[in-house]
Amino acid sequence: MATAEPATAKGGFRAWLNKRLPVDEFMESQLLGYFAPKNFNVWYFFGSLALLVFVIQIVTGIFLTMNYKPGELTAFDSVEYIMREVEWGWLIRYMHAIGASMFFIVVYLHMYRALLYGSYKAPRELLWLFGMCIYLALMAEAFFGYVLPWGNMSFWGAQVIVNLFGTIPGIGPGLVEWIRGDYGIADSTLNRFFALHVSALPLALLLLIALHLVALRQTGSNNPDGIEIKARLGANGKPLDGIPFHPYYTLKDVVGVGVFLIAFAIVVFFVPDFGGLFLEKPNFEPANPLSTPTHIAPVWYFTPFYAILRAVPDQRLGALLMGLAVIAFVFLPWLDRSPVKSTRYRGWIWKLALAVFTVSFLALMYLGLMPAEGRYVTLARIFTIAYFAFFVLMPFYTRIDPVKAVPERVTYHA
Amino acid sequence: MRKLAIIMAALALGAPAAFAAEGGGAAAWQQWHAGNELGDRASLQRGARNFMNYCVGCHSLKYVRYQRVGEDLGIATDIMKANLVPSGAKITDYVLTAMPASLANASFGIVPPDLSLITRSKGSDYVYQFLKTFYLDPKATTGTNNLALPGTAMPHVLSDLQGLQRAVFGKDGRFEKFETDVAGQESAAEYDSFVRDTVNFLEYAGEPAKLHRATIGVWVVLYLLLFTAIAWLLKQEYWKDVH
Repeated sequence: MATAEPATAKGGFRAWLNKRLPVDEFMESQLLGYFAPKNFNVWYFFGSLALLVFVIQIVTGIFLTMNYKPGELTAFDSVEYIMREVEWGWLIRYMHAIGASMFFIVVYLHMYRALLYGSYKAPRELLWLFGMCIYLALMAEAFFGYVLPWGNMSFWGAQVIVNLFGTIPGIGPGLVEWIRGDYGIADSTLNRFFALHVSALPLALLLLIALHLVALRQTGSNNPDGIEIKARLGANGKPLDGIPFHPYYTLKDVVGVGVFLIAFAIVVFFVPDFGGLFLEKPNFEPANPLSTPTHIAPVWYFTPFYAILRAVPDQRLGALLMGLAVIAFVFLPWLDRSPVKSTRYRGWIWKLALAVFTVSFLALMYLGLMPAEGRYVTLARIFTIAYFAFFVLMPFYTRIDPVKAVPERVTYHA
Repeated sequence: MRKLAIIMAALALGAPAAFAAEGGGAAAWQQWHAGNELGDRASLQRGARNFMNYCVGCHSLKYVRYQRVGEDLGIATDIMKANLVPSGAKITDYVLTAMPASLANASFGIVPPDLSLITRSKGSDYVYQFLKTFYLDPKATTGTNNLALPGTAMPHVLSDLQGLQRAVFGKDGRFEKFETDVAGQESAAEYDSFVRDTVNFLEYAGEPAKLHRATIGVWVVLYLLLFTAIAWLLKQEYWKDVH
């Protein structure tokens, strides 16, 4: 861990380069001299994995764009052209389509990690907010991308989602028309969604990811013990419980990348539809405004919120609650009044609340895939109430939760 | 943390009980599986022949080219040209029906759907069930109806092979069984394999990459396993320093 000597003192290309571009300085400040807690567990893989999936989506997306033709008469055919006639087109398309589901899997696990260890709490509120912005941008990006193949579920899914904006009092109907650019989901809608999907939102995501990482560098990572490692510095001025990000976490993350890619490859090569969960059957029929699928459901990553929408008898209120269910995470840093960050040192009340929330989220995810009838609606209502109770009651139960003493140093077993 | 896990496990175990299936009791034919094997090249070749003999008169495979079928199924170009490519079509053409849409509309009141993606949108089992559940129905304009697609405009074009069957319905209107009315050229087992081969070909046509993607996948996963093992060893070596 010797600090690098000033690079300019050396001769050769490296000195030449460093005079013109702060390469060594960047390496030192961002990787070698950036200390991360040494007690990260498996939950800490998902940040770097989200970045990996982002890169996969950008690269495969660029190649798809070379052969995809937006337009109501060309879109569906061009996707089949990619699947059949373009060299390795099927692989690129599957990686991109399944990559979307993978993105949400790693992002949901990444967010859940924050819930487990209180990573959103001070001083990481802004880090959390940038993360939430990434999540919202990702939802928009995924929705627009889902419409592009112009299958029948793309079409009707777009119909349902865009119509939600029509429930906004006063401006609703006009707003919906403005979003679509037509009186129905049509060619103009597809083209503007394509523009947003391939340029506006990827740029927004790139900017937000950069801000997320800058904010992370400022506060440093939280850890499974929820202890601020900067509070205890060694003689060298570095955290006692910290280790340089490179080579320790870069190498560890490569192992995570390997495991993730194995899972990803298994889906891509062996079960790309994933039983209709990642690629839905009705989407292998071209968009048909005259033929409504018997049962419209969004892709699995939106279904918890879709279940909430359908659980409410009033459509306007349902849309409002659905929006709130997504936005609720934004307020976590201020709703959580616990003096302790990590679940490890929190009491049974918090653990019960988190367990109820976890089960509610997964149950709503399942219910959103089911038809909205009979017992499914009743269950969706119960879990919707539980879902919101987790957030609304948080300021109260986190204050009375019997927390344990937090140790001074992180738990680490070599 | 352990307590959290226990609470969650308890809740997770309770949840499925609430979702217990309502038990609709599907009819026997709905349980039929196509049981086709994409790896069976002879079956795929027979399926291609069946399609060109019985289906392409009305149905297209507009995303599939004859040449690609020949390459993927190992059918030599001259055999393709002599037996499977209709006269007037080039081997590089897409598999399109010769029936004009206007004629189809006049005859059936509907343009027969393109079948390129039928196994992807409905499933191979559905196509198998559809081709096996035509039954005599005097009320239908075609003389036959279908259990998998009630009211279908499609006549039973395979009746010379399968023969014609009557459907027996119970008092509650539920389907009970089939009874042979007119025997066909093929035995039940022969007709089964005819349908299975055809479905096999349609499954191939729905996703030509499916023929080899799993084979490639095995190598990709093996490579990734090796890569991950080496990465893990390297990580272990470096992490020896961390105490």
